[in-house]
Amino acid sequence: MKRISILPGLLAAALCLPGMQASAQVLMRGNDTDPSTLDQHKTSTVAEANLLRDLYEGLVTQDAGGDVIPGAAESWEVSEDGRTYTFKMREGAKWSNGDPVTSDDFLFTLRRMMTPATAAGYASILFDIENAEAVTKGEMEPAELGVAAPDPQTLVITLKQPTPYFLELLTHQTGKPLHQASVEEHGVNFTRAGNLVSNGAYMLESFVPNDKIVMKKNPEFWDAENVQIEEIQWIPFEDRSACLRRFEAGEVHVCSDVPAEQMAYMQDNLPDRLRIAPYLGTYYLPVKTTKDKFADPRVRQAISMLIDRQFLADEVWQETMIPAYGLVPPGIANYVDEPPMLDYAEMDLLDREDRALELFEEAGVDPADLTVELSYNSSENHRNTMAAVADMLSNVGIKSSLNEMEGTGYFNYLREDGDFDIARAGWIGDYSDPQNFLYLNEGDVSFNYSKWVNEEYDAKMAEAAQTLDLDERARILAEAERIYLDEVPTIPLLYYSSRALVSDRVSGWEDNILNNHATRWLTLED
Amino acid sequence: MTIKPDPTEALPAGEAQGRSLWQDAWLRLRRNRAAVASMIVLAVLTLIGAFGPMIWPHPYDRVYQQFVRVPASLEAYPREEAVLPAFERLLTRARVDHGEPELSGSEISVGLTSDEAIDPRILRYFQRSDLFFAPALDLADDGLTGTLTARVERLHFYLGTDAIGRDMAARIMIGVRISLSIGILASVMALLLGVTYGAVSGYLGGKVDNVMMRVVDILYSLPFIFFVILLVVFFGRSLVIIFIAIGATEWLDMARIVRGQTLSLKRQEFVQAAEAMGATKAGILFRHIIPNTLGPVVVFVTLLVPKAILLESLLSFLGLGVQDPLTSLGLLISEGAANMRGALWLLIWPAATLTLILFALNFLGDGLRDSLDPKDR
Amino acid sequence: MLSYTLKRLMSAVPTVFIIVTLTFFLIRLAPGGPFDLERPLDPLILANLNRAYNLDASLWSQYLTYLGNLLQGDLGPSFTRRDFSVNDLFAVGLPVSILLGSLALSLAAVLGTFFGAWAALRQNSAVDYAVVGVATFGITTPTFVVAPLLSLFFGVVLGWLPAGGWSQANPIYWVLPVVTLALPQVAIIARLVRGATIEALRSNHVRTARAYGLPTRVVVGVHALRAAMLPAVSYLGPTAAGLLTGSVVIETIFGIPGIGRYFVQGALGRDYTLVMGTVVVIAVFIVLFNLLVDLIYAWLDPRVRFD
Repeated sequence: MKRISILPGLLAAALCLPGMQASAQVLMRGNDTDPSTLDQHKTSTVAEANLLRDLYEGLVTQDAGGDVIPGAAESWEVSEDGRTYTFKMREGAKWSNGDPVTSDDFLFTLRRMMTPATAAGYASILFDIENAEAVTKGEMEPAELGVAAPDPQTLVITLKQPTPYFLELLTHQTGKPLHQASVEEHGVNFTRAGNLVSNGAYMLESFVPNDKIVMKKNPEFWDAENVQIEEIQWIPFEDRSACLRRFEAGEVHVCSDVPAEQMAYMQDNLPDRLRIAPYLGTYYLPVKTTKDKFADPRVRQAISMLIDRQFLADEVWQETMIPAYGLVPPGIANYVDEPPMLDYAEMDLLDREDRALELFEEAGVDPADLTVELSYNSSENHRNTMAAVADMLSNVGIKSSLNEMEGTGYFNYLREDGDFDIARAGWIGDYSDPQNFLYLNEGDVSFNYSKWVNEEYDAKMAEAAQTLDLDERARILAEAERIYLDEVPTIPLLYYSSRALVSDRVSGWEDNILNNHATRWLTLED
Repeated sequence: MTIKPDPTEALPAGEAQGRSLWQDAWLRLRRNRAAVASMIVLAVLTLIGAFGPMIWPHPYDRVYQQFVRVPASLEAYPREEAVLPAFERLLTRARVDHGEPELSGSEISVGLTSDEAIDPRILRYFQRSDLFFAPALDLADDGLTGTLTARVERLHFYLGTDAIGRDMAARIMIGVRISLSIGILASVMALLLGVTYGAVSGYLGGKVDNVMMRVVDILYSLPFIFFVILLVVFFGRSLVIIFIAIGATEWLDMARIVRGQTLSLKRQEFVQAAEAMGATKAGILFRHIIPNTLGPVVVFVTLLVPKAILLESLLSFLGLGVQDPLTSLGLLISEGAANMRGALWLLIWPAATLTLILFALNFLGDGLRDSLDPKDR
Repeated sequence: MLSYTLKRLMSAVPTVFIIVTLTFFLIRLAPGGPFDLERPLDPLILANLNRAYNLDASLWSQYLTYLGNLLQGDLGPSFTRRDFSVNDLFAVGLPVSILLGSLALSLAAVLGTFFGAWAALRQNSAVDYAVVGVATFGITTPTFVVAPLLSLFFGVVLGWLPAGGWSQANPIYWVLPVVTLALPQVAIIARLVRGATIEALRSNHVRTARAYGLPTRVVVGVHALRAAMLPAVSYLGPTAAGLLTGSVVIETIFGIPGIGRYFVQGALGRDYTLVMGTVVVIAVFIVLFNLLVDLIYAWLDPRVRFD
């Protein structure tokens, strides 16, 4: 016994363990994966957003609870028609190299994003800015973009139509500014440590791919005195179990995700550190409506009725998902208090089966003759979900088979109108507004995997886009969702939850629907 | 294992004794108890893989929604204490007023009352349940009161159930089927292609050897995952594709090892003697060189089978392997590894099965090596 | 020997060229491109991206461009890690993989040879069965089971070693990954050496050596092991190349910034340049190690000639 206890002491004495004795000032933060880039215009993932949130501050930003608060802009005014936003820049806001943050920086950034050569993946998110789409297509010059900086302290953004959620849009990483001088000086290398100049609470210290990204507190940040944590080490974890182990070993303070297979273990052993919160995301099954066998909405509705979402949420996903009976996740901003739901949400499953059989009969379809192929991208949870769905469909005699595909090929297949019957897809909201979910079903949108075209629906969406009054707009959007739910071109299955492990040494972590947790709001105790 | 000191010289002289090399080897293999035991184990596993899924009470794709992630156990499910609450939940779902359910042995019964006629369709709730079967409703004439009886299932999940409630024993059986096929196929490919290729390359030597080995180098370096993705895309996803993909890579190591042995063998006295006596190149290759490489070859086959089985699990992990509800041992183990802290039985049983297969293969391999050894006659 | 080595090195050039060419066209046949993500891109933006990365040019001209850059040692920009060139990624990752791989390789070679020879000398004894049994266990238990178990036990339960992470300077981070990586190789080498040693012990020259009354130690060390190493060495060639170019599973589970993950990440993300880069690196390693193996062969067994 004695020998065993000496060994670790010797080891620890002989070799210091940097990871294990992380000082109070260094936050070890797990991230979903490495960023593909730190150039905000070329990013698209949640993992990248997490990093950029600490590096940069947009015109507006979010507090610990996810609500919009002033950021690089101190205040703003919106014109009567809702199309012109005038931002007043914050006095004394500085870049990490000491330069002042001006409206010209934002002008430069927005123009850069829309320039075709930049090939910004998310440029479309700000297509509400006047002429943005035309600039991206190369039909207009970047200078014609609806953004102006009449003086260094004022930024005017003109929209092509009133966009009630425009401030929400600006919280997205595409709304973060760039430091013009360093971008122009370093070209594509401006994102490297040493070159990158940021205006947020932190600045980039180093980036070793697949190892870690180190950020140091930015002393020039206007609110630096309220930033508690001196250094962040972002560690990419493609293996969620690895993060859990290092969390338990005390090497990591925050895990951005958890292994769903081990929920029971974490609920028993880390109950107060496991954070499960509603999240702005929906897991749904697009049905190829252009195929004869699925053209009848009654057939799709009947299939949807057969699926026991409670079982999927509780057993397959171990309560990390919530049963979904609508497309727009609950808790979203700018929506009606009681969003529309599939009317059989409360119905007992066997009654639903009876109802489904009636619908099949009305549609003249014999479920025993119906064969369905369920396609999904490789992952143990997707596989289990689809296997369970196949089993549920077999209760009325539908013959279903599974078709697992490798990720990239699968997403290409969905986008290129692949020959699937029923597929799986997930959507995480970019900003908290129902439009961000409902537009997935518009006839001309490339993410409309089900190829469902409904003029009435498109008309409602267009009407909502022109409506300034938020309550009225919410009502129109809810009508659109009602049309969608009556036809279920895609079958909503589950709402996502955000899942995280947060050490009891970390305080200031507030669960919010956007799952945004900027490090500047956190504190690390000893 | 019976290794005797060599009584005769090491020259191949099987025919002279009236028994062929293979008959002789077979006789000696039969005397090796470990090898015989291994053969029996493998035969039993092959039979289980081939016929087990057909006769096992649980189909490998049947989902028992009420029994998700239940641990391995010799006792039957449902557990005694779970029966009554489950029964009451079903009564609630059926929306009937009821008395206190009574459980006697494997029979459960309850008195029902209602203001309106009781709908006999409520029986469906009990038919559909995994816990009960043969429900019957005995109604009074007015249809307002009655007795519901049902029998309690006794389901055995000796190895537990997986994350969506499928019987692990059935899944392991189907996994044995797939993994053994892959192992056998990879060995056959390696033996046919790898041994011949390696022996030819080593024996002919010089430029031919150089070119043949560079081809192997090229095949080694090609990105295997893309190769499989392409096969799947162009020919659809099927077991055959997986067999081809794995078979096509697993012979490369074998070719190199046999070539190495051959380089050394072809300078040995007995080969030179055979050459001097005018034997043809093919004759030398197949009568003298290949039989003498069998030792390392057999050992390597026993190493190659697990490699092939685990390679399949990598493919499945990437979404390129076997298609659910089919599964393989490698895939079961990798899923088990992800679940190891909550549901250890998901890891242990498939892993134990694979270990058993490989142990048997090893002892059989060693037995074969000993009995094929031309010097050990 | 020197001219042989030179000839082989010369023949490596066309080999690598064929590998590069085959791979270049092979990977373009796979469906999907580097910009197909779960969150799909607007078609308009996709077109801009393809233009920015020269993916809209003809395949042939892309190939020529790539070859031209490759000749200058430029492996191109990475598509999925856009802040880095492939050269940058390898400059960081390769030393890590080589360190990890060479440690594991040495450990495996030493332990494997030792246990294999020991088992062979005590054939059919308890030692033999123990070695064969443990080796079988080592081969059976896949890395993706061993790695989390070791990390859990030594990192979380005992807390003796880091549960994950990497430091090129601090050996305490090396222990678990090296052991995990070496384990199956120890087992395989032990079995190969055992089989070959048994064979060699019965060969004429070893029996002659024994008949002369040389001590067992010398007979085994000098004569038997030498011959017995042959299959192990030909196995080790490509294995060494594989170990030194990283291991996906171990790098992912322990969080090691080596290049092993790029192979799978590149393939799955259709990062064409990254895959090409990995293939080139692996090809170079394979060619070098197979040459090395052939040279060691000739040294171990004087009967082997390559002319």
